[in-house]
Amino acid sequence: MPWLEFEVNGQGHRVEVELSTTLLEVLREQLQITSPKNGCSGGDCGTCSVLLDGMLVKACITNALAVHGRKVQTVEGLARPGELHPLQEAFHAHYGAQCGFCTPGMILAAKALLDENPQPTREEVQEAVSGNLCRCTGYVKIIDSVMAAASALGDRESL
Amino acid sequence: MDLKVVGERKRRYDGLAHVTGETRFVDDLRIPGTLAVKVLRSPAVKGTLRRIDTSDARRLPGVAAVITHEDVPNNAFGLVPDQPVLAQSIRFKGEPIAAVAAVDERTALRALERIAVEIDEEEPVFDPLEAMKPDAPLVRPEGNCFLYDGRPFRRVVLGDVEAGFREADFVVEGSYRTGSVEHAPLETQVSLAVPEGGGKLTVHTVSQSLVIHSALLARILQMDPSDLRIASWAGRTRNGWNGKPQIGFRSGTVGGGFGGKNDIHADHVTSLLALKTGRPVKWRWTREEEMLYSTHRGVWQITIRDGVLESGRIVARQIQSIRDAGAYSALNTYVVEKHAFNVSGPYFVPNILAEGYCVYTNRPPASSMRGFGITPGTFAVEMQMNKIAAQLGMDPWKVRFLNAFRNGEPTATRTELDSVYLIETMQACARKAGVELPPELLAMSSNTPRSER
Repeated sequence: MPWLEFEVNGQGHRVEVELSTTLLEVLREQLQITSPKNGCSGGDCGTCSVLLDGMLVKACITNALAVHGRKVQTVEGLARPGELHPLQEAFHAHYGAQCGFCTPGMILAAKALLDENPQPTREEVQEAVSGNLCRCTGYVKIIDSVMAAASALGDRESL
Repeated sequence: MDLKVVGERKRRYDGLAHVTGETRFVDDLRIPGTLAVKVLRSPAVKGTLRRIDTSDARRLPGVAAVITHEDVPNNAFGLVPDQPVLAQSIRFKGEPIAAVAAVDERTALRALERIAVEIDEEEPVFDPLEAMKPDAPLVRPEGNCFLYDGRPFRRVVLGDVEAGFREADFVVEGSYRTGSVEHAPLETQVSLAVPEGGGKLTVHTVSQSLVIHSALLARILQMDPSDLRIASWAGRTRNGWNGKPQIGFRSGTVGGGFGGKNDIHADHVTSLLALKTGRPVKWRWTREEEMLYSTHRGVWQITIRDGVLESGRIVARQIQSIRDAGAYSALNTYVVEKHAFNVSGPYFVPNILAEGYCVYTNRPPASSMRGFGITPGTFAVEMQMNKIAAQLGMDPWKVRFLNAFRNGEPTATRTELDSVYLIETMQACARKAGVELPPELLAMSSNTPRSER
């Protein structure tokens, strides 16, 4: 049976898969990492988004075997012990999360942006989360949250 | 007790779990040995199931159970109980006719291909106006219009609309149509039913209507509703186990609802299969199923006839609204009632006649969505206000200010509104939108009683 080895949130895993198994199936069904959600199975809604070697990908259309030897990050791996990541803090404080279903993917889309572009404009945030659907917020609070996180990260840098 | 909440920014009680990924939605629950469900949906729009043979499907390794209409103790659900869990009389394309529980989704899908079905197809009707004609094909044996107190419409009357039209200087007529809208929650319909032993069953549900659904589910399964336990994630029990406990409902994390989870979509099928197999059973709808077969905002056709004075006051308003309910009642009958109560808009019109029709067609059932019929009514009425303004050559703001409810005036259902402040709200909206209102509108107040009609 085909197998792969990869890292999730700093921890190594070896899993057996079928040729058609997706990264989302490995994470949710085999590793019980359930923050990436299944919203459409077709790469359209973004609620399965994870970071693959720091790059935003949709786990539902990423073949599991393509992840061999690489590093995956999910929202479970963002916070340090006792301290939320500034994006998590900002989404909580600025009502970026409502029902919570799109939130893990949305936060990772925002992280991919801030890692590249620490002080984005609102338009750049809008562009960066354009592959992640949210049905509750209307996006305004999400963009507010990302801008607040960028500002908090900037303050931290300047200390 | 800390009652100092108003005026403070409070964080969401569940926000921390959302941002750390700890929130457990129904699809995130993992119980070893859980069976997966797939459902055979009717390829025909309308007809009668002449024969259904599931023996080949049941023989497929990995299949635990296959159920049809014969396996449902009470195969009619809803507030108006007219919808089968698994149909024998088919009323829309995609209606569930058989359900399979198997070790995984792939096996369940292969089992569906082995179910032999023969359907005697009948003539469908898709247009509510066609369905209202006397010789139209019947969607349901009871007739194509829901009867409110014996009449095919919900009627709301205030004053004397004919007298109002006689008084009017002219009449403005408009006809408005809205399309169907899918709620599209990011979380599709999901249900996990877990047998707990001793006849108990826990249903992990995405329901937005926990109490109603527990009663409806008890009727489908033919269990005493007093034997229900309803528990939230916080673990508080609202109805204690009473006598012999049977069903527990767990809810609290819904990945978006918007009215699309006010009807049972999956809990009945998982419950039946869990009781039949004695194993946990999960059914997760695909996005395609959600878009095609879940409830949606139904199509409306709204015709408004207004009697208007030269001054801009509306003195008569007659509205006929036709709702395409699709094949079953779901919450449509209530949606039409609420629509009829509110469709005349936030305006004081002394003479109103509103009639709302709930019409059945062979389309997937419509139901509640954000506003229960008010939203399409508002669209129609506000388009009509603009039409009145255009016909009068008057500022559309002014037409709305002249007719807006003032404090103490009655609605179409004779509710006296003591605190409306619609005029002040419109003044604030104009200010925020950068619209400069004329001094006469800025001087108006909801507290000034209307001096003339």
